[in-house]
Amino acid sequence: MTDEQKLAKFEARILAGEKIEPKDWMPEAYSKTLLRQMSQHAHSEVIGMQPESNWVLRAPSLRAKKILLAKIQDEGGHGLYLYSAAETFGIDRAEMIEQLQTGKAKYSSVFNYPTLNWADIGAIGWLVDGAAIVNQTMLAKCSYGPYSRAMIRICKEEGFHQRQGYEIMAKMMTGTAAQKEMAQDAMNRWWWPALMMFGPHDAESVHTSESMRWKIKVESNDKLRQRFVNRTVEQAHHIGLTVPDANLKYNKETMNWEFSEINWDEFWAVVKGNGPCNHQRMAHHIKYHNEGAWVREAAIAYENKLQQKQKTTV
Amino acid sequence: MSNNNSQFPQWEVFIQEKSGSAFEHAGSVHATDKKMALQNARDIYTRRNEGRALWVVMTDNIASTTRDDEEEFFDPSEDKIYRTPNFYKMPAGTTNL
Repeated sequence: MTDEQKLAKFEARILAGEKIEPKDWMPEAYSKTLLRQMSQHAHSEVIGMQPESNWVLRAPSLRAKKILLAKIQDEGGHGLYLYSAAETFGIDRAEMIEQLQTGKAKYSSVFNYPTLNWADIGAIGWLVDGAAIVNQTMLAKCSYGPYSRAMIRICKEEGFHQRQGYEIMAKMMTGTAAQKEMAQDAMNRWWWPALMMFGPHDAESVHTSESMRWKIKVESNDKLRQRFVNRTVEQAHHIGLTVPDANLKYNKETMNWEFSEINWDEFWAVVKGNGPCNHQRMAHHIKYHNEGAWVREAAIAYENKLQQKQKTTV
Repeated sequence: MSNNNSQFPQWEVFIQEKSGSAFEHAGSVHATDKKMALQNARDIYTRRNEGRALWVVMTDNIASTTRDDEEEFFDPSEDKIYRTPNFYKMPAGTTNL
């Protein structure tokens, strides 16, 4: 079969709603785009543990602390599902981590913003995880089997993340004036970064058309962003929070909440490494990766010893 | 396997959800030995009681077919419809069959 015939067969399978599995033939651009996207997604889950862990020791109650720990453990788990799915392309995990640490691979820019008060934990769960759920529910329908399966697993678990975040916000909005102010302040700082999570406008997104044809994504950035805004504005109003956008208004015909243009200069500045916490996030990751070296060495030494023992007893 | 960037061997994880059901593939983990592979699989894939039993198998030990050899490979079973009950015509009025 020629490459053209293989491509035609590949596209026909995708059109028919079949999933592509690791050992199947696929165009190089397909695996390359997916690997970039999946490794970026995995890194985001792992780096995303940092802004939240900032509040573990200062959680306001034992209940809040247990929930936050469970959520952070989930994020680590999600990173591992995704590394595992990315490894089906034959790349090894050490290589992906090296790409992260050298800046060759990216992670979601939203994690380069700081968590300044407890309400930020609420805002992250509700807004950041909420935006992630909209995106991931779409990705669960993607054409690559291992990615789709990882997404289904992740979506099942994310439901709790968003609800615990909204619960924190709702609770603070029934509290003292100072607590309400903290919640609104967190809302003001996280709203725009959450909208930026969906990426550039469709017209400016480099990979969109091919990605849509191959069902690497099945809905566009702008469509997903609008869905998130529609859901979230009403949730904000429901607990008395104001969306920090003077131009926000409901369009009865389209049934959409219209919003201002995103500050794309800020978006690109953070992507390029100039957000408030880019340096700190990476330095932290590298530090703990290196400090964990002895654990990996000990595990390997233990395994070697076990094997030696087996040999001598045979 | 000794430097800082070494990764442990990869294992595939299979979960049995409830008594009597089949073991289903869930994903993979890295571990140096069986015990660590089982513990990592538990922590990564069963945080919400998704399983009552786990299998881990080193990835290198799994052989699989691919979509490309699907047609040829599964050919032998394609023209043997007489292996299914509906192939047979029963006389009208037959019951319990």
